[in-house]
Amino acid sequence: MRGLNQIATDLPVLNTAALNRIQTFAGGARLTLTPALGLLLIACFAASIGVAQAQAASGHPSVLATLWKWMPLILKGFVFNIAISFLAMAIGTFFGMFLGLAQISLFRPVRKGAWFATHFFRNAPWLVLLFYCMFLLPFKFTLFGVTIPFPDWMKATLGLSLPVMANVSEIVRGAIQSIPTGQWESAYSLAFNRRQTLWMIILPQGVKRMLPPWMNVYCILAVGTVLASVVGVQEVMTLTGDALSAENRPELLMPFYGFVLLLFFAYCYPIARWTVAMERKYAVKI
Amino acid sequence: MSKEPYISVKDIHKSFGKAEVLKGISFDIAKGEAVCIIGPSGSGKSTLLRCLNGLAEIDRGTIRIGTHNVHEIKTDQQKIALRKDVSMVFQQYNLFPHKTALENIMMAPIHVLKQDKQEVEARALALLKKVRLDGKEKHYPGELSGGQQQRVAIARSLAMRPSVMLFDEVTSALDPETVKEVLVTIRELVDDGLTCVLVTHEMGFAREVAEHVYFTDQGVIVEHGKPAEIFSNPREARTKAFLDQIL
Amino acid sequence: MQEFFDWFRWLYDATGINLTIFYDSFDRSRFVNGFLTTLKLAASCVTLSVAVGVVGAWLQGSRLNFTRRVVYWYIQLFRNTPPLVQLYFFYFGIGHLVKGASGVPLVTNMQWAIFALSLYAGAFNVEIFRSGIEAVPRATIEAAESLGFSRLRAYVLIVLPLAFRISLPALNNNLVNLVKTTSISYAIAVPEMLYVSNQIWSDSVNVPEMMNVLLICYVSLVGILVWLMHKWENAMRVPGFGTV
Repeated sequence: MRGLNQIATDLPVLNTAALNRIQTFAGGARLTLTPALGLLLIACFAASIGVAQAQAASGHPSVLATLWKWMPLILKGFVFNIAISFLAMAIGTFFGMFLGLAQISLFRPVRKGAWFATHFFRNAPWLVLLFYCMFLLPFKFTLFGVTIPFPDWMKATLGLSLPVMANVSEIVRGAIQSIPTGQWESAYSLAFNRRQTLWMIILPQGVKRMLPPWMNVYCILAVGTVLASVVGVQEVMTLTGDALSAENRPELLMPFYGFVLLLFFAYCYPIARWTVAMERKYAVKI
Repeated sequence: MSKEPYISVKDIHKSFGKAEVLKGISFDIAKGEAVCIIGPSGSGKSTLLRCLNGLAEIDRGTIRIGTHNVHEIKTDQQKIALRKDVSMVFQQYNLFPHKTALENIMMAPIHVLKQDKQEVEARALALLKKVRLDGKEKHYPGELSGGQQQRVAIARSLAMRPSVMLFDEVTSALDPETVKEVLVTIRELVDDGLTCVLVTHEMGFAREVAEHVYFTDQGVIVEHGKPAEIFSNPREARTKAFLDQIL
Repeated sequence: MQEFFDWFRWLYDATGINLTIFYDSFDRSRFVNGFLTTLKLAASCVTLSVAVGVVGAWLQGSRLNFTRRVVYWYIQLFRNTPPLVQLYFFYFGIGHLVKGASGVPLVTNMQWAIFALSLYAGAFNVEIFRSGIEAVPRATIEAAESLGFSRLRAYVLIVLPLAFRISLPALNNNLVNLVKTTSISYAIAVPEMLYVSNQIWSDSVNVPEMMNVLLICYVSLVGILVWLMHKWENAMRVPGFGTV
């Protein structure tokens, strides 16, 4: 992103509006939720109910009634997904912040180690990390003589927090490096030391820049919690799958999964809107 | 009265990679003297200033400012000690955008010099008055004009009570109307007896305010002398050519 | 070669570290096949998704409102829903409808995986290519046309090379993500690395060893890809032209 500041000419070499869009892609996948998508999902959902209803053999209760019957269970699963996402985000952000700061450390081994850790966890597929945590973390451990159980969902949460940590590390590093060097220079000229400069001058300015990509990581995480179903955690996808196998009616597949999609959309869309509003508000005015 | 010069720079060299930017610069500055450095872009003027306050390290040569041997400074502690005495004002003001004007001025004395908050606040308000910005304490840099921001930057550096002030082309980024207010402020500082080293393109200002002018080109000092001599009667051809372009 | 493999048998006897993929020829071939399947998945998805992106970007510039709308809905749907659910949708939802005369599914799970993942990544690619094309300002195109280039020639000789360079970092990022995402095809029993490793550790009860091998393999694979992309970006760089 620094390349943009180094364009010597002020001729319209590049169209900046489009460039901003590309910047967000270069930083990582972007969830852009629009009302249009919501309408589309509702339309698909309604259509799938219609199709399912048409396919349903007579004598079965209607699709909507079945969905209504299972809705409490599915919603409970969804709430569980959200809880996992909060916890994974908190853990990942906490460690990611320190990892990001370590990436700009003046000590070479710390810097290299942090770089390696960040890129290791960014390069590993989320599902593989989940598997790793599920299988290799113990199912209970003893601390000061007290045996603490370590349930599946907690392992999954840890597994999900690892890529979050790596992404937050990159966000923190990017934000710090995007603060103009003039700020470091004037702080040093006022005899501030590195720690004071970082915590009192650079990081406060950086926080505003970190918020939108951080919210974006949260949306991706929230949607990514469904991966926990593959490793056996009882969350919304497994519960939906259980409901479907209990009903044993293949025409219910699309309406039920469609409903889950709608739930995720309804949750992520307000967050995405809020992120856009925040980005606009905190657009850098130097 | 042969006093030892307050700032003594001897034969300094600095390269950035393969490009040698300073090729043997030497000069002395007495305490309380105001000195202007002029010259074309790329002649090493800004680099020279940055070497004086430790933002850049020289490859060869010695720099002594007061009791600091700048060329021997290696640790952060030493750099901080130097910067308490040698303050710098930048072309791009570099105010901290997330703090008000008053907070910008107060931050360093409180956190670096560990001075008492009440005392620092009083001093900061006095400094804002001195640079003619009383009433703007609670304004953020984004709400001030370029000239106003530069004056806050000057006040911010003065709050550290330095013995030397370095000015790196401080009016180059300003609109012509606001240049004058900043020059007036600097002039008052010089009149008060502060040792100032200014890198500037403002020849009129240099002529009026400086006690000594250095002309640099391609990393060396080509000519130096009293402003009257340099501006009216330059000896070297290069100086002449430069001044013809500017004036 | 055999001595190299036998050393791992000694390792198991001596330390308990059980790396059957080295000394057991059956496990070895399973793992190698899994690795090759992952590569095949990755290569197919990358190629197809780029093709989808190019076609989609071209269609998005169409004069017909209908075409533009269709591309728009496609992008919104695939970008904003989890790829795992998309996979289930195709394989379970649509898959059971697409059966041959004798009830045998016409499309294998591997083919569904490639199809679903290509569409998923393709949706991102359309946006990336479109933004790249738009980042080339009208002035450049006008200059080309004033020099006598036809619209098509200007597009091919001037706009596309510039747009490609602008899109490259984002495209590389997307393709790397795609290679990582191929691991979700585990869920529909495609015999790629993760699935095969699962089979191996179920048989040989060497979960920690296999998990570590798996992690290292994936990270190395993706790491090499990232490095190659970086080299490619540097080779394509034009001085003074802002790279993101």
